[in-house]
Amino acid sequence: MHASQTAAHELRHHFADMDQQRDTASFGMWIFLVTEIMFFGGLFLSYMLYRFLYPTAFLEGSRHMNIRLGALNTAVLICSSLTMVLAVRCVKINQRKLTVIFLLITMLLGFAFMGVKAIEYHEHWVAREVPGPAFQFEGTDPRHTQIFFSLYFAMTGLHALHMIIGCGLVLFLMINAWRGAYNSEYYNPVEIGGLYWHFVDIVWIWLFPLLYLISHQHVGGGF
Amino acid sequence: MATAVQPVEQTNYLNADYGIKSWLLTTDHKRIAMLYLISISVFFWIGGLFAMLVRLELLTPAGDLMQADTYNKAFTMHGITMVFFFLIPSVPAVLGNFLVPLMIGAKDLAFPRINLLSWYIYVVAGCLWLYTIITGGVDTGWTFYTPLSTAFSNTHVITGALSVFIAGFSSIFTGLNFIVTIHRMRAPGMTWQRLPLFLWSNYAAAVIMVLGTPVLAITLLLVALERAFNIGVFNPALGGDPLLFQHLFWFYSHPAVYIMILPGMGVVSEIVACFSRKRVFGYNAVALASIGIAVLGFLVWAHHMFVAGISLYAALVFSLLSFFVAIPSAIKVFNWTATMYKGSIRFDTPMLYALGFIGLFTIGGLTGLFLACLGVDVHVHDTYFIIAHFHYIMVGGMVMAYMGGLHFWWPKISGKLYPEAWAKLSAMFVFFGFNLTFFPQFVLGYMGMPRRYQSYPPEFQVLNVLSTAGASVLAVGYVLPMIYFLWSLRYGQNAPPNPWNAAGLEWKAASPPPTFNFDVTPVVTWEAYNYDELDKPQEVPIAR
Repeated sequence: MHASQTAAHELRHHFADMDQQRDTASFGMWIFLVTEIMFFGGLFLSYMLYRFLYPTAFLEGSRHMNIRLGALNTAVLICSSLTMVLAVRCVKINQRKLTVIFLLITMLLGFAFMGVKAIEYHEHWVAREVPGPAFQFEGTDPRHTQIFFSLYFAMTGLHALHMIIGCGLVLFLMINAWRGAYNSEYYNPVEIGGLYWHFVDIVWIWLFPLLYLISHQHVGGGF
Repeated sequence: MATAVQPVEQTNYLNADYGIKSWLLTTDHKRIAMLYLISISVFFWIGGLFAMLVRLELLTPAGDLMQADTYNKAFTMHGITMVFFFLIPSVPAVLGNFLVPLMIGAKDLAFPRINLLSWYIYVVAGCLWLYTIITGGVDTGWTFYTPLSTAFSNTHVITGALSVFIAGFSSIFTGLNFIVTIHRMRAPGMTWQRLPLFLWSNYAAAVIMVLGTPVLAITLLLVALERAFNIGVFNPALGGDPLLFQHLFWFYSHPAVYIMILPGMGVVSEIVACFSRKRVFGYNAVALASIGIAVLGFLVWAHHMFVAGISLYAALVFSLLSFFVAIPSAIKVFNWTATMYKGSIRFDTPMLYALGFIGLFTIGGLTGLFLACLGVDVHVHDTYFIIAHFHYIMVGGMVMAYMGGLHFWWPKISGKLYPEAWAKLSAMFVFFGFNLTFFPQFVLGYMGMPRRYQSYPPEFQVLNVLSTAGASVLAVGYVLPMIYFLWSLRYGQNAPPNPWNAAGLEWKAASPPPTFNFDVTPVVTWEAYNYDELDKPQEVPIAR
C-alpha cells in the first residue's frame, strides 16, 4: 500500500499511468544509447581505417599495452555489471538495503576501474607514449604508432569520462534509494541507470580486444 | 461551449505564472519554445549581420572593406551561426516544441526536464560561440576542414568547435524527445495514419538528429583534441587522413541539410492543406517521403567530396544515390501542387510563404541535380553556383517555411492576430529580395566566380551589386515581421481559437493554450486534414 502511494506521487502530470511513464523512460534511454553508439562509432571507424592502413604500427603499439591491468579492468567491469543488475532486481522486490549495497559495490568497482586506468596512463606517460612533441617509440613505424596511441587515449579517455558520469549517476541513485525513493512500483531511474552502466561496460568489452589483444607478444607486462 | 459567457481572460500558458524564474525554470513545452524563439532570433540577427558584411565587401571587385583574414572570419561566422545556431533548431525547437504535444493531444513532451535542459545546453553553446566571436572568431569556413583547422589556422578553432559540439547535444535531446513523444504520448485514436504531416517530417528530422549529430560531435571533439593535446587522428604529418575528417563531417552535415528542410516541408504541408481547404493529396506518399529522405540522406554524403580525391567508383555510387534523393522530394512537391488543384485557395500570408517555399525549393532541388552530376560538379564546385543552390534550399526553402509557420501559428502562440496587410507586404519583400540576392549568384557561379574570395574580376560586378541590393531588400522583409509581431503582442486583436478554421488538434485548444493544453485528453475519431467535413455547411449555427 505504501508502495502504490509513492507511485501515485511519482507519476508525472503528463503521463496516463505508471506503465506509460516506465515504458517511455526506458525507450528514451535506448534512443540515447543509440546516439552513444554513433558517438563511439566515429572513433571505431577511425580505428578501423588506420588499422587497415598501418597494421604493423598498430600491432607494435598494442604490444605496449599492459595486458594484465587491462584484463583486470575487464573483470572489474563485468563484476560491476553483475552488481548493477542485482541492484535493479533488488529494487523491484523492495529490498531497499540490498539495493543500496549493490549500488555501492557498483560504484566502488567503477572507482577501481578508474584507479587502474590511471596507473596505466601513468605508465604510458613515463614511457613517453603519450602523443605529442615528447612522443618516443622504439619500433619500425613510430610515426603511425603515434596514431594508434592517439586513438588509444581518445577512446579510453572518452570511455573513462563515461565511467565518471556513470559513477555520479550510481551515487545519485544510491542516495535516492537510501532515502526510500524507489520501490517495486517506481524503479525506472534505477533501471535506466543500469542500462547506461551496461552500455559503458560493453564499450570496454570492445575496446579491450581491439587495443590490448591484437598482438601476441607484449612488452608492457604480458602473461 | 456550453457556458453562456466566457471569462474575459482565461488562464493560459503565458499568464499562468509571472516572473523571470517562472520562465527560466519552466518545463512547459510552450514556454520552452518561446525561450528558443527568443534565443534563435538573436543568432539569426548575428548571422544576418555577418551576411551583410560579406555582401558589402562583395559590392566592389577589390577587397577594400576589410582585410582578407577578416573576410574569411565573416563568412565562417555567418555559416556557423546560421547553420548550427539558427537553422538546425529553428522549426523543430520553436514550432516543433510548441506543436508536437498539441498536435498529438498530449499534455507535454515525454521528457519536459530534458527539454528545458536542451535549451540550457543551447544557451551554453551560444555563449561559448559569442565568446569565440568576440575574442576574434574562426576563419576555417563552417566546415572546419583539417588540416587547416587543426594545424594552420591561428584563430579560435577550439572554442568554436566546442560550441558546435555542445549545441549538438541540445539538438540530440530535442530529437530524442520528439521520437519518444510521437511513439508513446499520442492521444487515443491518434494513429500513425492520422498524424499531421508536420509530425511525420519532424519525426524524420528527429531520427537524423539522433543518428547523425553524435558523429559530428565526436569529429569536432577530435579536432579540438588534436589542437589542444596533439591527439593526431587527422594529422597528415603522422599519416593521418584529412579525408577521414571530411567523411565523418559530411556523414552528419549532409543529413543535417535534411534536419533543416524536413520540418519546413511539414510546415508547408499543413499550410497548403489549410489554405486549399483540402486533404493533402497522397497523404501516405508524403508521409513516407519524409522517411525516405531521412534514409537516403544518410547515403549521399560524399557528393561533397567529388573533387577531394575519393575514388571514381565511390564518386559514381554517391552521384547515383544523390539523384535518388530527388524522388521523395519530387513526390512532396507534386503532391502539394496536386493538393492545390481545384482547391479553394486563399492567399493569406502563410500561404504566400508556402507558395514561395514550393517554387524556390524546386529551383534549389533541381540545381542540386546539376551538382549531383559528376561532370557538372567538377565545373561548378566551390563556385557561387553552390552558394546559390544551398541558399535556395536553406533560405528560400527553410526560412520561408519557418516564417510561414510563425505566421500560421502566431495566433495560437501569442493569442493575438498579426496585421495581415503588413505581413503580405513583408512576404513580398522576402520573396523578391531573396530572388534578387541569390539568382545572380547562379549566373556568377556558372561564369566561374569562386566562393570564399573577397575580391573578384570587375566583369562580375554588376551581378554582385544586384545581389547585395537584393540582400538589403531581404533584410527589410525580415525586420518588418519582427516589428509587427512585437507590436501585435500589445496592440493586436485577440485571436479566436481557430482563426484559419484549420484542422488539427492544436486548433481545438484555446489561443493561447492553457499550461496542460487540453482539459480532457481528446479522443481522435477523424482523419488528418478533414477539411471536407469542416467546410460542410452546418445545420446548427455555432452557439455563442
